[in-house]
Amino acid sequence: MSIITIERKVLEKNDELARKNRELFAKQKNFVINLVSSPGSGKTSLLEATLAKIRPHASVAVIEGDVQTDLDAQRVAKLDVPVVQIVTNGGCHLEAKLVHDAMQSLDLAAVDLLIIENVGNLVCPANYDLGEALKVVVLSVTEGDDKPLKYPTMFRNASVVIINKVDLLPYVNSNVETLKQNALSINPMLTVFEVSCRTGQGLDAWCDWLIEHSVKKG
Amino acid sequence: MHELSIAQNIVDIIHQYVPANERQRVRSVFTIVGEHSGIVADSLTFSYQAITAATDLQQSALVIEHVPFTVRCKECGAESRTEMGSIQCPACKGLDTQVLSGTELRVSEIEMEDEPKEPS
Repeated sequence: MSIITIERKVLEKNDELARKNRELFAKQKNFVINLVSSPGSGKTSLLEATLAKIRPHASVAVIEGDVQTDLDAQRVAKLDVPVVQIVTNGGCHLEAKLVHDAMQSLDLAAVDLLIIENVGNLVCPANYDLGEALKVVVLSVTEGDDKPLKYPTMFRNASVVIINKVDLLPYVNSNVETLKQNALSINPMLTVFEVSCRTGQGLDAWCDWLIEHSVKKG
Repeated sequence: MHELSIAQNIVDIIHQYVPANERQRVRSVFTIVGEHSGIVADSLTFSYQAITAATDLQQSALVIEHVPFTVRCKECGAESRTEMGSIQCPACKGLDTQVLSGTELRVSEIEMEDEPKEPS
């Protein structure tokens, strides 16, 4: 038997494409967020509420990722925001190549903020760098306050956690303080926002943060 | 279930190192998979078998070396394995730590059967 020593990262091809995406975003001064969550936590509702508030202050474009249908892109397009839908046809996550291809349909030079809504899944998207500035995890209170402990990789790789549906707290067995503690025990650098897309609670703080990070400097 | 696409990435890497006419001699493909790399080992092994079946690599086996999740505390200096992927130092409860291991996902080595000897 003979041994060939390799020592190669399995996802280096994706990482390399992500690096190219990131270079392009930097050149065009795009602030890019990768929005991740489990299915049904309210990513698209958050996106709609965010776009309504942020559009007067920043130029925004959206890349939607879904396993099937362009329903989410239709929702975003109604808000008069440039949007591209990626349909993964069963794929459980977005990859840098898919984002690179989708970018070709957008005039990114005119964009301050690009929001990439990933496929609803707290496992697989954690492994795939898309070239984003940071990952934002959306977590709804109905999912339980132990979620960060169950999906630590995603919470470790994220920079922001948005706790959604806080208007439902009186009706569910979720403790928002426990949820925050659990998230911060995985990653103490996380910035946490508590919001309700239904009542509008907390959306201003999140949108102010986003505007501050995305308005082009220089 | 992204193990299938991970398995495909592994096959692509093997193809880069082993020319087509030598792939039948690949016996083991050694990988390093961190405890919190987000990969399910059984699923990866299954995916690898599935995509290499009826190919030049069908006689090769994927070997997974598991690496525990460990952190180094910048406050007390302890290097520890932590519970449930927490980055908190188990020794002093400090939160200013650096992840040492447990997130890797690499192909480390390929083991090849020797070429059949030419009859002399």
